[in-house]
Amino acid sequence: MNSGQVILLTGILVASASALPGCFLLLRRMAMMADAISHAILPGIVAGYFIARGPNLLAGFAGAALAAVVTVALVEALQRTGRVAGQAAIGIVFPALFALGTVLVSRFFSNVHLDTDAVLYGNIEFSAFESLLVGDLDLGPQSLWIMGGLCAINLAFILLLYKELKLATFDPGLAAALGFSPVLIHYALMGILSITAVGAFTAVGAVLVVALMIIPAATAYLLTDRLPVMIGLAVACGALAATLGYGVAVALDASVAGAMATLAGALFGLAFLFAPEQGLVARTRRQARQRRRFAVETLIVHLLNHEGTQNQATESAVAHLGEELRWADRVRDEAITRAADDGLIARENGHLALTASGRETARAVMAR
Amino acid sequence: MFDLLRDLLFDYTLRNVALGSAVLGIVSGVLGSFAVLRRQALLGDTLSHAALPGICLAFLLTGSKDLPVLLLGAGIAGWLGTALILRIVRDTRLDQDAALGIVLSAFFGFGIMLLTFISKRNDANQAGLDKFLFGQAAALVTRNVVTLAIIGGVALAVVVLFYKEFKLLAFDADFSASLGFNTERLSVLLTSLIVAAVVIGLQTVGVVLMVAMLIGPAVAARQWTDRLGVMLGLAAFFGALAGVSGAILSVEASRLPTGPMIILALTLIVIISLYLAPAHGLVWDWARNRRHRRNLQAPPPLMP
Repeated sequence: MNSGQVILLTGILVASASALPGCFLLLRRMAMMADAISHAILPGIVAGYFIARGPNLLAGFAGAALAAVVTVALVEALQRTGRVAGQAAIGIVFPALFALGTVLVSRFFSNVHLDTDAVLYGNIEFSAFESLLVGDLDLGPQSLWIMGGLCAINLAFILLLYKELKLATFDPGLAAALGFSPVLIHYALMGILSITAVGAFTAVGAVLVVALMIIPAATAYLLTDRLPVMIGLAVACGALAATLGYGVAVALDASVAGAMATLAGALFGLAFLFAPEQGLVARTRRQARQRRRFAVETLIVHLLNHEGTQNQATESAVAHLGEELRWADRVRDEAITRAADDGLIARENGHLALTASGRETARAVMAR
Repeated sequence: MFDLLRDLLFDYTLRNVALGSAVLGIVSGVLGSFAVLRRQALLGDTLSHAALPGICLAFLLTGSKDLPVLLLGAGIAGWLGTALILRIVRDTRLDQDAALGIVLSAFFGFGIMLLTFISKRNDANQAGLDKFLFGQAAALVTRNVVTLAIIGGVALAVVVLFYKEFKLLAFDADFSASLGFNTERLSVLLTSLIVAAVVIGLQTVGVVLMVAMLIGPAVAARQWTDRLGVMLGLAAFFGALAGVSGAILSVEASRLPTGPMIILALTLIVIISLYLAPAHGLVWDWARNRRHRRNLQAPPPLMP
């Protein structure tokens, strides 16, 4: 493989590994927790490196996972004191830990493998140049092994605990009643989230992990109502964003990670506008259709109510309808044209009369 | 101590840094209090991250690195981000957390892409935009401080003008709507002021940690008082204290980025307030509980 292919494949693996836990995070309404964790693992990584006296992978992982647990525990402890509400607790904890991490980096590790900007947007561009060495054996790019392994772990986690995760996500009360511990599942998910964040951290940095966790999941959520489909779509969206983003980054000679996040955002924008049911366009059209149908139904029910009464002649006059139903002329004319086109009413010199099918439809509407 | 005081008054860099950070602390303390009370604490996080592409685009379009130009771009991008969050929450089934995360990371990713694109063009004028990531207080010149002070002054003046309305909006938005206030418009105004506060902090604290500058002083101040007016004053004081001390530390020990130092100073203030503030402090709580427990364990009085 040449270096371009390694970078692209790493990107796709990072996106897939992130999208898997991201779906559950989004559904549990904890999207910003990803932001908190991905920032807060920095001091953990630094501490791990510090203890191992160098950029040791395992030490970094261990330190980061510990930092993630500490973050979640601190946020929840702060919220429990009752003195710091909801989001504010997140906003106190992670900047503090991240600031600590940045100061440690610039104090002890400046220019050694971690620099403060790379912390934010990673250096996936170098992923091709670091090989995994076992003894003297060169097993190929390290990033592929790490991210491939994380993909496998996350997939196994979701497949094994699918039922429990689904239940605890959609109905934690029922899950608890059935004897699954929602707390245990919560912390298991946080653990998966943190190791994914650590793995992705070196490739795409702290902030863009969040992009790859949340945005593809949110895009998929707008496209489907079924959890398995959502997970599949999220992975597909992430992989697509990674591929397109790589292309854009190469064309502009810009950061690959930044372009991946941008493209993920663009795909979300497309889904926001054009998703078949949830999209803005579909919604607007559905509302317009409902408004039109309601106008026609109002019209024929009005005609039915006055059919055969004394004032039928005045009530069925086109000129009177606008005043009666408080419709602007344009709305009135549209409703009449549509009802006539559908064969529900007939027009006779300025008056409206229900046809047989119109009478039937109006009765059906009333019976609803 | 005396040397520090003399430097604060007469050393050009240190004076600017201290003044700039003080302005930031005061404005973000006051406006952050409203954000925290309205339970929109993380809005500031999204706004500050969303500002990055605005800065880059302003530079790309004008080729100028003048602070007002860049900050205008930042403000516009922050504003656009807010509008998008509102649309996403209103028009989809995604919740506020998700909307904040989406806008934050997508805008920031775009900003990073532009930033790397700019820095790789061989342009004599290119370097320096990345100082907005973590802030670089030492780069403040007097002209910048004046700009920041004007933005901050206008924002604070608006808060004074609309104090009553904002207070009502923060504590009981439904009641304020029932009284006939246009809550939507007030809320947009308040959010715009928060955008202004974020814009002031970009050069000193940077986009990544700006959120703490909004939340920290407010959370600390909240522990000391139950009155809004006092809380705003205290938040401004804590913000300024953290800003000045953090900025001085970073300038004196030149290898440390400013933003993180300010945030660490602020975190210390928050921890002290949480534990030791009179009435609300966790330590007093703990002591009270202990006393109660001892009293409960005393032998029951004899019944007649």
